[in-house]
Amino acid sequence: MRQIKYLQAIREGYAAGMRADKNCFMVGEGIARRGGCFAETVGLYDEFGAQRVIDMPISESGFVGMCAGAAACGSRAIVNIMYMDFTAVAMDQIVNQAAKISYVSGGQFKMPLTIVGAYGICTSAGAHHTQPLYPWFMYTPGIKVVLPATPYDVKGLTAGAIMDDSLVMIFQHRGLFNIKGDVPEEDYFLPLGKAKILREGTHVTVIATSVMLHRALEAAEQLAAENISLEVIDPQTLIPLDEDTIINSVKKTGRLVVADEGYATCGIGAEIITMIQEKVFDYLDAPMQRVHTLSAPSPYAPTLEKALVPDVNSIIRAVKAIL
Amino acid sequence: MESISPAVRTIRKTFMNTDPIKEDDVYPQVKEDFVNSKSVVSNVSDPNIAIPPLTDDQKKRLLRQMLLLRHFELTTQEMTLAGRVPGFCHVYVGEEATAVGVCENLRKDDYIVSTHRGHGHCLAKGADPKILLAELYGKKTGYCGGRGGSMHIFSRELGILGTNGIVGGGLPLVLGGAMHAKLRKTDQVAVCFFGDGAANQGTFHESINIAAIQRLAVLFVCENNLYGTATRVNEATLTKSFADRAGAYGIPGYSVDGNEVLEVYAAAHAAVERARKGNGPTLLECKTYRHYGHYVGEVASYRTKEEVEMWLKRDPIKSYSQRLIHERLMTQDEINALEGKVKDEVAQAERFASESPAPEAKEVLQHVFAD
Repeated sequence: MRQIKYLQAIREGYAAGMRADKNCFMVGEGIARRGGCFAETVGLYDEFGAQRVIDMPISESGFVGMCAGAAACGSRAIVNIMYMDFTAVAMDQIVNQAAKISYVSGGQFKMPLTIVGAYGICTSAGAHHTQPLYPWFMYTPGIKVVLPATPYDVKGLTAGAIMDDSLVMIFQHRGLFNIKGDVPEEDYFLPLGKAKILREGTHVTVIATSVMLHRALEAAEQLAAENISLEVIDPQTLIPLDEDTIINSVKKTGRLVVADEGYATCGIGAEIITMIQEKVFDYLDAPMQRVHTLSAPSPYAPTLEKALVPDVNSIIRAVKAIL
Repeated sequence: MESISPAVRTIRKTFMNTDPIKEDDVYPQVKEDFVNSKSVVSNVSDPNIAIPPLTDDQKKRLLRQMLLLRHFELTTQEMTLAGRVPGFCHVYVGEEATAVGVCENLRKDDYIVSTHRGHGHCLAKGADPKILLAELYGKKTGYCGGRGGSMHIFSRELGILGTNGIVGGGLPLVLGGAMHAKLRKTDQVAVCFFGDGAANQGTFHESINIAAIQRLAVLFVCENNLYGTATRVNEATLTKSFADRAGAYGIPGYSVDGNEVLEVYAAAHAAVERARKGNGPTLLECKTYRHYGHYVGEVASYRTKEEVEMWLKRDPIKSYSQRLIHERLMTQDEINALEGKVKDEVAQAERFASESPAPEAKEVLQHVFAD
């Protein structure tokens, strides 16, 4: 199959959604003629025109709210917010407005709005261009949260999110932008709420998100040499969470490690571990482990940045601690 | 950029006084203007857009609508204090001319975005008082099935994109209604009501600027009722008139007497027609006053008795009634009869809301997501 970069797959995901609904439009800063901050929207302006690919002034509250209003009225809307850190500027429109309109209106309005942006603690991008903020949005009822980990996933999940009638936020890790993978040329739409088993195993289940998935797969490879068998699962969407796939795996292995670049406090590790404790505690053979980024703002210096984020060895240590 | 009537000029001068407004500063000239001059309404409008003369029926309807808003809110206030409204609410009493003057220019398929003080906007846009009050009572028969309440009233059918619990929260949303219309090439207009408090939020700047560059069909209606919650407008901004800010965004801005329904109607008419033709947004400031506190039950100790009394004398319903009598369109008896009918309608709404069933607990998780 054709291999393309994650960045190009983002572009194809956008295009698939916009082709599927002619009332779909996209806004952002420098997404039209320039083709996006990361060249992830190149070609969209030419294909869909100035009416549907619209550059905005640097007014995140204004244009996120505009898209929420248009989505309520029935236009499918995409916000390319560049860096997910910038959602903080638009928080009222996301949390108080867009996330609630479907519910408080008693279901009169849908919210086919997708907010897409980059994050990832890497390349000395610093404290304002890196933050793993997805637990903020997991915490808010009414928001679906998606973390695509591969080129195939980012194309299909972006297209699927755009066609979803609820508010979806897609977090794309910048560390993945240049990885290559198999991606079909035709448009396809992946459903939200389905986890993916990337490697089957018997000793320990590792739930790993986004960039951590790749570190977990590397850890599995290294541990296989020691006859330790990991089952590696990417939840892909954190809300809704595919609990069944995770539960079935833990029932089989009896051991769980969650690896995620977010912070531990109120994070995805706490959430999944609690879910397992509540639902299948009796199947566990050992305490569950979580591997997270240390709770500090993202530092600039490469040495400090590296010290903050878990690596392959962090996952291996967590696995060995419960064997 | 801004065009104003003599009446408005006087009011503006008065608004900027730090001392309490005195009746003599404002009322005689306003009264004189509205009784004698049709120019009050014409000089706030785009000279290219003719304001159609209102028919007698339309003029009477303006009064009927204002009376509906008034009595709905008086009942809402009474029932809130009586404990029938489970949440808290903010009533629109005193500001009726603004909502009615604007919304009488709108079609059913136009959009409005409203505020925490939004019942009046919804009624003026055509909301059924029964269904609206049922929502305030938290009933299954309400507009949102009891999920929204006073500050989250939505109606897809009427184009009501929500009252709003966040001051300034609705300003970006209104762009969406207009953008939706632009993408589909319809001539729908989107109106955003917001207060003088919201005019100092960042969303005011962002939203008007985006509407301007996108030539969106938006009418921004700033209801300047002199107080952002409890802070007087001249302690919140040195802007003399919010309409003056329009020039900064390259759009027209008008300031009108928000207690004079015909003046509001005329200015809104010009702005709505301008928007419908694809010529972009307008900022309209309507200077008005709420007769009661910020929320039902608030002791509005930050306002002087003299100021409140002066504004009670400038009651938009009283003054418009006098005008209709003066023009021999209605007699006092006819107005009384009309008011009686409106009161009956509100009483029926109250019965409907009271007798309606509550939503069932098992439905609590419905509609968190659209699917």
